[in-house]
Amino acid sequence: MPMISAEQAKSEYDVAIVGSGAGGGQSAYTLTLAGLRCVMLEAGRSYDPSTETPMFNSPNQAPLMGNATPDKPFGFYDATVGGGWQVPGEPYTTVYQSSRERFTWWRPRMLGGRTNHWGRISLRNGPYDFNPRSRDGLGFDWPISYDDVEPYYTKVEMLIGVYGTNEGLENTPNSPPGVLLPAPKGRAAELLAQKHAKKLRIPVISVHRAVLTRPLDWQTIPARLHPGNAWAQRMVAQEMRARLACFWATDCGRGCYIRANYQSTTVHLPPALATGNLDIISNAHAREVLIGKNGKATGVAFIDKTTGKEMRVKAKAVVLAAGACESVRILLNSKSSAFPNGLANSSGLVGKYIMDTVGASLLGHVPALESLPPHNEDGAGGDHFYAPWWLYQQQKAGKLDFARGYHIELGSSRGMPGGDDPVPDDLSRGSYGTQFKEDARRYFGSFVGFASRGEMVPNENCYADLDPNVKDQWGIPVLRFHWKWSDHEINQAKHAEETFAELIQAVGGTVRSRGKRGDSLENPGHIIHEVGGALIGDDPKKSVCNQWNQTWDVKNVFLCDGAPFASNADKNPTLTIMALAWRACDHLVDEAKKGSL
Amino acid sequence: MSEAKLSLPVAVSGQVSRREAIRWVMAAVAASALPGQSIAQPARRAAFPGNGYGLDPKLLDPHKPGAFWPLTFNNAQRAAATALADVVIPADHLGPAASAVGVPAMLDEWVSAPYPEQQADRPVILDGLTWLDAESENRFGKVFSQLLADQKRAICDDICFTPAAKPQFRKAAEFFSRFRSLCASAYYATPEGWKAIGYVGNVPLERFDGPPPDVLDKLAVVQTVKDES
Repeated sequence: MPMISAEQAKSEYDVAIVGSGAGGGQSAYTLTLAGLRCVMLEAGRSYDPSTETPMFNSPNQAPLMGNATPDKPFGFYDATVGGGWQVPGEPYTTVYQSSRERFTWWRPRMLGGRTNHWGRISLRNGPYDFNPRSRDGLGFDWPISYDDVEPYYTKVEMLIGVYGTNEGLENTPNSPPGVLLPAPKGRAAELLAQKHAKKLRIPVISVHRAVLTRPLDWQTIPARLHPGNAWAQRMVAQEMRARLACFWATDCGRGCYIRANYQSTTVHLPPALATGNLDIISNAHAREVLIGKNGKATGVAFIDKTTGKEMRVKAKAVVLAAGACESVRILLNSKSSAFPNGLANSSGLVGKYIMDTVGASLLGHVPALESLPPHNEDGAGGDHFYAPWWLYQQQKAGKLDFARGYHIELGSSRGMPGGDDPVPDDLSRGSYGTQFKEDARRYFGSFVGFASRGEMVPNENCYADLDPNVKDQWGIPVLRFHWKWSDHEINQAKHAEETFAELIQAVGGTVRSRGKRGDSLENPGHIIHEVGGALIGDDPKKSVCNQWNQTWDVKNVFLCDGAPFASNADKNPTLTIMALAWRACDHLVDEAKKGSL
Repeated sequence: MSEAKLSLPVAVSGQVSRREAIRWVMAAVAASALPGQSIAQPARRAAFPGNGYGLDPKLLDPHKPGAFWPLTFNNAQRAAATALADVVIPADHLGPAASAVGVPAMLDEWVSAPYPEQQADRPVILDGLTWLDAESENRFGKVFSQLLADQKRAICDDICFTPAAKPQFRKAAEFFSRFRSLCASAYYATPEGWKAIGYVGNVPLERFDGPPPDVLDKLAVVQTVKDES
């Protein structure tokens, strides 16, 4: 990817964008194609999937058979480079009472951020998900409805390419006809679970994922995305045409050099760069948003990590898309006489109401899946099926002891082996030699994992502030995280485990290694869906930004990552981050044209 | 970000400077003095070893054991590990033996690695190999690698299943369990191991049709995703 050095930055830009992931990528795409000149600051290094993706490497080519280590927490071939649960020189602190409430913070330090390794699950929030407080009295309503966001969901899906089906289930929206790409065929364990889940009235359907199961229609989609802008259409068509369809091999988490799945680096940034309107500075660690005498943002101060020097870029507007908590850090550190408590923080709500996804899981062994004839189930490099939340009516009737739902992801298939033991000791019962190899073959593909991804109710005990004592290696105060689960999350995890046990039984399997009820609840931060910290709302006293992700206090600062989320539906947040970023940037362009920034 | 995976990363670790490490110790002391009180502390206490492959290793190049950190096995340990690996995974109708696909070197790399999980395995494996040769000498007057197949099996039968092991073999059985597990982890990480286990993926395909009819029949399911052009 073409980069510029910090010294090469132009004297002024229309917009400075902090972050290059889903939110930053979408912002750069929308703004540059509308003709605005942008500079993007990325805290990590440049990264080029076309030359750096180890798609077909076998685990024996990696150290430690590719296993996770503190250096590469999702395994050697995970696309994430330069970051992880800890970034050298950039600490954070946590306050917690119990170890299961210890927040950990995932920070890739690379162009494209998390989009390089994410699961590509791309679910729309449903209508309920925008007014949760009206439905159950908890948390916050959004100032916008599903109908406000729907056109942007559609545009994002057309741009990035999402496979799946329309099933018309409750609060699980259909996409308009022709938008979704064909769903991949079910795998053995997925079909088995789908069939038997019916006994439990759990609908197992095709999931939506950002993977091209056929090439995108580059001849018609660009005109639908950018009507009346032939120049933009040309840029988009050219890059869309260069993306190939999935070749049904390799895990998406490694990244994709044929550009079949969505990564900011393969989908958003190439057309944005093609416009000539985007300069990207990597190794640029944002320190604060700069404020002029008129109380408006004038640019961003950052550390050029290659020299250690503090640098500045000037811009007429600033988009923070650094990742929800990273944007919170920047806002809280942007202190001035006009904003002594940090930028856009007159409500005192910056950093408040951080939410992760509630994750629980259970593993089962299914004899029916033993000794199946060998067949290739690599598929689309991730899930094909899932079960959307299905108990809305029971919940409404007060039959559940938690608010908000979860969807179920099925980990199954005869995926690439290596790096872990194919046969647990209790099943091999001491076998070795040819008998052990026969056992390995017999049990391969016979384990299924069910995992919940559920909605957490925002609570005031989950927040981030600046640690008064700890600074990063450049002297910038760091975030301090606080966390407390409520009974909603704990009970939801228990419910999910019960459900998984029933599902495993339903397919004739046995549950493996089950702990105390609720033990599988993942620690906060682990699911890497942390959002919130800069609430979107319709009252400046009770929110940080308005319905356009625009901060109430500083009109030319927009928050285009997950920070504005007023709730964190069970639907994975990335698609919604992109839809809202596109919507916010359309508004930014309108305001810029009117000169009202 | 992430889809749920069957195996989730367990090792979560991070870097802490010396000053922070001291702070953490102080915080821990404070915590033990005042149970239940919240304390701020650096998010992760375990340090990066610093001598691992780092956060940004080259991913494309195939790496050989020894590329990132020095290996450990001496000749005796290597001979014992190789012989035992080939007892666990011999050459047969399913494929080559463990030693033919580089498993002993992968085990050596594992026990030599600077990370906490591997450091925990290191004494288990190295002490176990020492025990194995000593036991072989005691019973048959030769080190393990010099034994006849029946003699090797006699020892392995005593240690191959922890719940069934006699008390004097309990520790050796724990070694065997871990050794077999690592051996299999390494063997099935190779294309030869893939063939042995029945994994036929990692090749680009024109189309994905899902499981073939014999698999669907065996499971009594039908393909529910329709063809779309």
